[in-house]
Amino acid sequence: MAKITLSKLRHSYMPNPKSDSDYALKEIDLDWNDGGAYALLGPSGCGKSTLLNIISGLLVPSEGQILFDGQDVTELPPDQRNIAQVFQFPVIYDTMTVYDNLAFPLRNRGRDEKTVKRRVMAIAEMLEVTDMLTTRASNLSPDNKQKISMGRGLVREDVNVVMFDEPLTVIDPHLKWKLRSKLKELHQRVKATMIYVTHDQTEALTFADQVVVMQLGEVVQIGTPVELFDRPAHTFVGHFIGSPGMNILPCTVTEGVAEIEGQPVALEGPVSGMCAGKTEIGIRPEFVTLSTEAAARTAAKGLAATVTKVSDVGRHTVVECDCLGHRVNAVTDGGAPEKGASVHLEFRRDQTRLYVDGWLATQPEHLT
Amino acid sequence: MKTENQKAWFFVLPVLLLVAFNALIPMMTVVNYSVQETFGDNVFFWQGLDWFQQILRSDRFHAALGRQFMFTFLILIIEVPLGIAIALSMPRQGFWVPVCLVLMALPMLIPWNVVGAMWNIFTLPDIGLLGYFLNHTLGLNYDMTQDPVAAWVTIVTMDVWHWTSLVVLLSYAGLVSIPDAYYQAAKIDGASNWSVFRYIQLPKMKTVLTIAILLRFMDSFNIYTEPFVLTGGGPGNSTTLLSIDLVKIALGQFDLGPAAAMSLIYFAITLLVSWLFYTLMTKDDQN
Repeated sequence: MAKITLSKLRHSYMPNPKSDSDYALKEIDLDWNDGGAYALLGPSGCGKSTLLNIISGLLVPSEGQILFDGQDVTELPPDQRNIAQVFQFPVIYDTMTVYDNLAFPLRNRGRDEKTVKRRVMAIAEMLEVTDMLTTRASNLSPDNKQKISMGRGLVREDVNVVMFDEPLTVIDPHLKWKLRSKLKELHQRVKATMIYVTHDQTEALTFADQVVVMQLGEVVQIGTPVELFDRPAHTFVGHFIGSPGMNILPCTVTEGVAEIEGQPVALEGPVSGMCAGKTEIGIRPEFVTLSTEAAARTAAKGLAATVTKVSDVGRHTVVECDCLGHRVNAVTDGGAPEKGASVHLEFRRDQTRLYVDGWLATQPEHLT
Repeated sequence: MKTENQKAWFFVLPVLLLVAFNALIPMMTVVNYSVQETFGDNVFFWQGLDWFQQILRSDRFHAALGRQFMFTFLILIIEVPLGIAIALSMPRQGFWVPVCLVLMALPMLIPWNVVGAMWNIFTLPDIGLLGYFLNHTLGLNYDMTQDPVAAWVTIVTMDVWHWTSLVVLLSYAGLVSIPDAYYQAAKIDGASNWSVFRYIQLPKMKTVLTIAILLRFMDSFNIYTEPFVLTGGGPGNSTTLLSIDLVKIALGQFDLGPAAAMSLIYFAITLLVSWLFYTLMTKDDQN
């Protein structure tokens, strides 16, 4: 068990990186607290697997340090770091039995057979694979194989961190949910730090207490699932998390008033800092209210728009509108207008945020 | 209702014809010879199983068969571990991969009789590069036309030179198909190099190795051209392998009956041993 600190970490796969774009990881500073459940979320190619491999020691970073409880482990090989990693495809030793698979990391470290047996039995019981201990691992189903590779990580008592690299990719959908709750349960039982890498927001948000969102080799936001949903620090987070993602609309800002194509839009609060650069308004579809032409005229507010697409996703309806030449999604629970209908869109004020060059630039009213 | 479409047989017919002409019919002529005696002029006398009994009881056949097993055993015991070792030490990626692959494939591209001739000249004690080096620089008494041990060392070395590449290429194909995650997981599990080989690489190479061993067994058990060109079966009979002996009987002495019986026995042994190999090596996968 340890607190993991990443300090000024940079990594490039090129021998002589020059510009920023040559780096797969650009300057990462992060602390992972002991016993936390973390998720690393980001699209493919954002550097999350690179970061994971650096923590596990499979990769030595170009620059920066990794500290386990303040001790520099940057140059240490994986087996000396006391970490465990579960890979995208289940890695099992085909010719061994399930028992031998689970015992393998302990035997390699020279533990006596009594300790091995005690640990393997405990882990097998936790993973509910006790009845399979004598079967050959190659005969298992993919989800059980993945369980065994998790088990090999958890079987050592002293692991600093268990890392999961998109572990549910090859698992059948109906078993994914089961395995995911198993993971959550395991985390509560073994209390080890766990880092879960995924590009699936549902997996990340359900597993983790803290989600680290990455894009193009940078950490864009760290927060609880609620924080990421409520106040995305970057338009990327807004867009990536949520289904559908946040609406991002280009706007102009003059003297603190934001306008979309000349129509004023009220923001949640004052704009902090300079408004130089690309300015955009971000609003989640959940906070966009639709009203029909007639109702809107009497209230005289909102932006005029035309409905272009209506998708019923079961629990609610997603209405896609064309608003002054921009696409805006709205989520409604009640009856949705028909395609082609003229509507007015109203943005809930305390949920309307301004982004400058992609980064959040407004503060909520009550803080000022 | 079950429909029966007999037309399907027409589609099998071309293959049947092909197999008939390239295997069944030639083979039946051999069967035909093996039970008859002929003195030419297309006159045949029924002989029954006499030739088979004669061959099976002959010391000459036993000796040739013994030499044949010896040869196959020696080349397998050298080529398989050596091939795996070379495959393991080959680079997995980068500039040197195609270079290594081409270098490895080169010996296999050389025609068999050329290989025999090459090694014959190579090992000549007076002018051959290797022969001269061994005799005059190292001062060894090496002459494979005189010494049976030298002859055996030479044909085994030649076969190793010619065919280890096959084991290398097949093992290499097995190795590169192992995902990186396996090596990474093994590293994290603290596995030694030996464990990585024993529990990851070897099991993953098993299928291709089975094929490699089977091919090497069949090829080496039926080998003719190279040892014939290199030693001609000598000195004496010391390197007379089964196929060389068979040709001697069939074309040297023109004993077509015994030669035919011998080829059938030869064929049966090859088939039986291949089957045994295959069954033993794939037995594990079934349970």
